[in-house]
Amino acid sequence: MDKVGTEDLVVILGTPTAESSELYATTMVDGDPSWAGALAGTALGLPVFHVTEDAVKQQADASVYDEQVGVAEMVLELDEIRGAVKKVREGNGA
Amino acid sequence: MELKGKRVIALGERDGIQGDSIASVARSAGAEVVLEVTHCFV
Amino acid sequence: MDARSVVIKGAKNFLAHTPGLVRHGSRPSRDIAGDSGVVEVIGERLRTFEEAGAYAPNRAYLGGLTPDELSRLDRPWYALGGDFERSQRYGRIMPEDEFYGVMKMMDDFDLLWLDQGFSRRVAESLAEKGGWTAEQLGKLESGVSAEQVAGQLGEGAGNLPMYLRGGELIGVMNAAHRQDASLFADVLLENLACKAAAVMAVKVLLEDLDLDPLSFPYILNSGEEAVGDRYQRGGGNLAKAIGKECGLVNSTGSDVKAFCTGPNHAVLLGAALISSGIFERLIVVGGCSLAKLGMKYQGHVRKGMPILEDVLAGSAILMERNCGVGPVLRLDSVGKHDVGAGGAQPAILAELVSKPLERLGLAYSDVDKYATEMHNPEVTEPAGSGNVPELNYKLIAALAVRGGQLERHEMPEFVSRHGMPGFSPTQGHIASAIPFMPHAVEGLSTGSLNRVMFLAKGSLFLGRMTQMSDGLSFIIEPND
Repeated sequence: MDKVGTEDLVVILGTPTAESSELYATTMVDGDPSWAGALAGTALGLPVFHVTEDAVKQQADASVYDEQVGVAEMVLELDEIRGAVKKVREGNGA
Repeated sequence: MELKGKRVIALGERDGIQGDSIASVARSAGAEVVLEVTHCFV
Repeated sequence: MDARSVVIKGAKNFLAHTPGLVRHGSRPSRDIAGDSGVVEVIGERLRTFEEAGAYAPNRAYLGGLTPDELSRLDRPWYALGGDFERSQRYGRIMPEDEFYGVMKMMDDFDLLWLDQGFSRRVAESLAEKGGWTAEQLGKLESGVSAEQVAGQLGEGAGNLPMYLRGGELIGVMNAAHRQDASLFADVLLENLACKAAAVMAVKVLLEDLDLDPLSFPYILNSGEEAVGDRYQRGGGNLAKAIGKECGLVNSTGSDVKAFCTGPNHAVLLGAALISSGIFERLIVVGGCSLAKLGMKYQGHVRKGMPILEDVLAGSAILMERNCGVGPVLRLDSVGKHDVGAGGAQPAILAELVSKPLERLGLAYSDVDKYATEMHNPEVTEPAGSGNVPELNYKLIAALAVRGGQLERHEMPEFVSRHGMPGFSPTQGHIASAIPFMPHAVEGLSTGSLNRVMFLAKGSLFLGRMTQMSDGLSFIIEPND
């Protein structure tokens, strides 16, 4: 993060549950001292999306998306995951 | 949000969608991937 | 009978309930370093030996329950209680005081100092149970005074206090070097615990199956712990150390490293050693992962649950040349995740499941049970990590749908028929497929199962040397 700066940055998540999506997304937006990892503890205020959200999916090449994410889409609770990330993102006003 | 020209941090999870899958999707949308990480919580 | 044929003759699991060591798990120890109050938060939620022994997933791991029986029990499983035996159909569970004693017996360098009174008490109970040499029990005879323990725990000494669940200080784990991080007390504690759990798994295998220790020429260790000093960190060969403590005096051995895929790679290499005629029989073993104790304690505390990551696990598998007894490992069934395959989950599973099935002319539904990552969901879900085995089963079902072998609405039925609930402690490589091995050996021998696939994946990217994952699978079938 120190190396690349935060301008034009977008975070895209691949978390498998609503709970983990919310935790990650919150870390990206607010920072979270209890969350492990290289990015813990800093309020980054970054726009954060889940890879399965339309905002990402519709811009991707359809065949690449299908190959990389298509099967996962069949098995994950997408509404809950998308909702969790959207809630955190919009709470940030991004 | 337009991905084209943006710089993307791909934060994957082993038991979800992995970092390199997210990175491939982001690149296909014209973004540059600046960090690709996959976490494992088990 | 094919002369090259290899059987899995038996498999046993082991658990040590070690609530006092939870504070030394990687996550708890880092949090305690930042806030000493965390010790109390954890202490309030540690289970008794009776609670951990009665815990249904632990009983399933040790063969007291089948996974199908477990799936019929209401959750939360930790609230169910019940009875248990220390020795069960597929293994044993040991309380923490005895496990400290086993660690001390495995300690060739006198690094773990145990309090005199405690050490003698434990020596008595271990001697009573039998199976230990006079030399091993002799390491428990002396012990140290409380003052000596306290003297090792001064500020900056770099040694670790050893506690029981209730907070009683019973010893100290000493560092072996002041400057060598590979020989610091925390690393050595992990390695010693791993050795002890692996030794217990092998001893249970030898004793319960009445095997002659002298009959083994080789042992393969598949655990992830990095044994070595600064010049050869991870140099390993814990296998040979394990063999010595189990009386395998005619054995040598080596370690197979591949993150959580380690046990599957070790079984494959073991099969190759037997099939080639180099060795008639061997043991594949995996010890525990102490670093993972309490890894998700925050989620458990947040949900008002007991801390469920309070056990150390081991697993041992007996492999032999096929003499007509025991399920056969199909040498033509190996599925592997190649360098060029890509890292997406479906790509990995396609390599591990779809490709070998296609090659063998089998349908997804021809495999009775898929033994995949068997992590107990009650441990992972409160931390937001989801239900790992269920996700794997859904992905396999999704591949079957894409392959035109299943209708989408049939996915849940496929998952419940060919899958099972996770029952393994979250002990890294131990949770990967092999917890089901004793169940599979019995089921394939009695006819309740016809075909089982073991598939494991490894998170190589965690070591920061590659972004890749890994995976390996094989099928075992009845002997005909």
